[in-house]
Amino acid sequence: MRIILHVWRQKNASSPGKLMRYEIPNVNPEMSFLEMLDVLNEDLILKGDDPVAFDHDCREGICGMCGMMINGIAHGGRRGTTVCQLHMRHFKDGDEIYLEPWRARAFPLIRDLAVDRSAFDRIIAAGGFVSVPTGSAPDGNAIPIPKEDADLAMDAAACIGCGACVAACPNAAAALFTAAKVSQFALLPQGQPERYDRVRAMVAQAGAEGFGGCTNVGECEAVCPKQIRLEFIARMNRDFLKAALTRRGETPSA
Amino acid sequence: MNLDARIPSGPIQEKWDKARFDMKLVNPANKRKYSVIVVGTGLAGAAGAASLGELGYNVMAFCFQDSPRRAHSIAAQGGINAAKNYQNDGDSIYRLFYDTLKGGDYRAREANVYRLAQVSVNIIDQCVAQGVPFAREYGGTLANRSFGGAQVSRTFYARGQTGQQLLLGAYQALMRQAAAGTVKLFPRTEMLELIVIGGRARGIVTRNLVTGAIDIHLADAVVLATGGYGNAFYLATYAKGSNATAIWRAYKKGALFANPCFTQIHPTCIPVSGEYQSKLTLMSESLRNDGRIWVPLKKGDKRAPGDIPEAERDYYLERRYPSYGNLAPRDIASRAAKVVCDEGRGVGDTGLGVYLDFSEAIGRLGRRVIEERYGNLFEMYERITGEDPYKVPMRIYPATHYTMGGLWVDYHLMSTIPGLFVAGEANFSDHGANRLGASALMQGLADGYFVLPYTLGHYLGSNKFEKVAEDHAECRAARANVEERIKRLLSIRGSRTVDDLHRALGKILWEYCGMARNEAGLQKALAMIPELREEFWRTAIVPGSNEEFNQSLERAGRVADFFEIAELMCLDALDRNESCGAHFREEHQTSDAEAQRDDANYSYVAAWQYGGENARPSLHKEPLNFEYCIPTQRSYK
Repeated sequence: MRIILHVWRQKNASSPGKLMRYEIPNVNPEMSFLEMLDVLNEDLILKGDDPVAFDHDCREGICGMCGMMINGIAHGGRRGTTVCQLHMRHFKDGDEIYLEPWRARAFPLIRDLAVDRSAFDRIIAAGGFVSVPTGSAPDGNAIPIPKEDADLAMDAAACIGCGACVAACPNAAAALFTAAKVSQFALLPQGQPERYDRVRAMVAQAGAEGFGGCTNVGECEAVCPKQIRLEFIARMNRDFLKAALTRRGETPSA
Repeated sequence: MNLDARIPSGPIQEKWDKARFDMKLVNPANKRKYSVIVVGTGLAGAAGAASLGELGYNVMAFCFQDSPRRAHSIAAQGGINAAKNYQNDGDSIYRLFYDTLKGGDYRAREANVYRLAQVSVNIIDQCVAQGVPFAREYGGTLANRSFGGAQVSRTFYARGQTGQQLLLGAYQALMRQAAAGTVKLFPRTEMLELIVIGGRARGIVTRNLVTGAIDIHLADAVVLATGGYGNAFYLATYAKGSNATAIWRAYKKGALFANPCFTQIHPTCIPVSGEYQSKLTLMSESLRNDGRIWVPLKKGDKRAPGDIPEAERDYYLERRYPSYGNLAPRDIASRAAKVVCDEGRGVGDTGLGVYLDFSEAIGRLGRRVIEERYGNLFEMYERITGEDPYKVPMRIYPATHYTMGGLWVDYHLMSTIPGLFVAGEANFSDHGANRLGASALMQGLADGYFVLPYTLGHYLGSNKFEKVAEDHAECRAARANVEERIKRLLSIRGSRTVDDLHRALGKILWEYCGMARNEAGLQKALAMIPELREEFWRTAIVPGSNEEFNQSLERAGRVADFFEIAELMCLDALDRNESCGAHFREEHQTSDAEAQRDDANYSYVAAWQYGGENARPSLHKEPLNFEYCIPTQRSYK
């Protein structure tokens, strides 16, 4: 089938960008979306043009490296699907597709469709961990964890850090990303000692990175390739409120 | 060259204790005076960098991805082995040791494997304490499943995302150290050269993948945890960026490369659908717990699977290996699939596929249970193929998945270059000629959390390090070498894309150095690869410049290295004139087509030493001695 792409091209953060039109005449419906971009890039390279830069790595929907707006929807709108797992059988012959990078102040553009998401790493560094040095762990079965809690913690922990939630949010909030990690640990006994420090520090870091505030729009949940639920944002907000009201977790930070 | 593995004396159960007691310690107040470079942030790299940072060393951690959390350990689905014996089903450290060594077809070092089994239990404890949400039973205890090559349930898992959860645990520990200032992170940075000064590894040369800046980083020791070289095959289950450049640079600087021909072909991947295919996707081996593998009895039977009656199906693994059945080890299951497809009984459009059928399990356990166990894997399959595995059997076919070979290391995980440590898939040490399922995660974390912090500390504590500066002749030479290579790549303005040339290389490897190998084929590959490599350097197109975000340039450099490593793989496969584990030489098989080892002549680790451009590398042999686990013909019948 024939696909027409309009791709955001921008050489680097400081030069202006624009949409460029490309026609791909021979798309096989069994191809993945990124394989179609591979075909485009091979063709551009043979013609002596610069290929389209886009981030990707595992191509199995788990590393979280890929992501772009496809016709205005993060990852293209197939439920629970990253762009690397999106297949061309869901498009029609002659379709025109617009590709743009994640757009958020906290995700500066690197080139074309690739952006810098290191703000997410800094949110994790602020408190997204359990402080347990190697070697100081009790036996794995020492603390039983109700299956329901472990399963719910796993639902939250499934986040791949792709940034679709931010890209879809009208406020460019990182609430779903932050809440997923906060909730995972809040649901487990191992996360309790630092529970309120963690939520304060991570929420503060998200603000410092320039992400917006959550106004419960819910776009993030709709596009999340791991179907992380809004419920986790409510959990984070409850913990944050409790920390603020009780002044728990207000320990001097290093 | 004398390959001293530095294996401690004494009974195998006490070797690691003895080694730890004999090690030099670094005073806590002095640790911050030492610096360590860790390249790669997968399980081994992230766990190692975090643990070394916690101890107080100055760590620099490098990865080519945009975040340390993306390393390809994240894609491991099925689980992680540990000899916890929580199921009371007869497991023990000794049994895990025995299974791993036997599964590797007696081509691994006993002492290393025993240590791996010993520390496996600490890994689970550590990960649980980090908040890794492992699967649990209703009573709150940890759940286990069984996995290929084992008859006990010792595999811990977090749905079908075990690698993701373990990596995030290690990544979070790493980020905690980054915040504490003990670890400095360098994402989107690729190591392109090793710096060796006075015979010791003292630094690396990197390229900043965003700006193209070439930088020198110096330290007292260097750890490579950069994964395997399976992407040499082009089509593999590796991430697109996975590459062998770091270990290949080290090899060319004098580190020996061990058992390069030991590459694992995983039996359960989604089959290739066309020429544009960019990678292959694995379906976790855990599916073989409940799925039954079969092909039609008759050749060329094109009926839909549901229309083929039971009596006309061949459940070939259950037939050939009644005691292990569908859980036979990976090398055996892969070869068995190749055999039935070669007979013309393969399924799907290409005939290169076999069925993995869940209908019996769904009937027995109900759809809910199957959904719970494999739901995300079934969804992944449906997304890729457009077929619903709850209704029609999956189609699967073997694909390159893991490399048991890697840089040679001693018991301390140190290569033949002092100060250069190698961890995880990048080293060769624990899996012999075939890795068992759920053992890669175990080894990566064992190396990173529980081995490197001791052995690397010992190295630092027992050596004096003179200060080195970036203007040292070796640093300047290493940098010049990198710059020259980039210039050379950018100056070939040919007519073929790098991917196209890489695909051609992959086809040669798959055909002649894949699931089955023979002398004539390997000779042929050894003639074809240098020709194609020469063509690469003449006809590849590498667009753009160095001073920009240039993904084509990154890829070209990696592919150039795959061309060289491919030759070494074939050379080793030809030299190892026996079959063992995943290395199946057609000339050496038993009467029922199983791998026939030749212990009298090949019970050794083949460690290759670089001999210079276009010169044949020289072979060094580390003999393998078995005192506890006496080699027998592997049988899973």
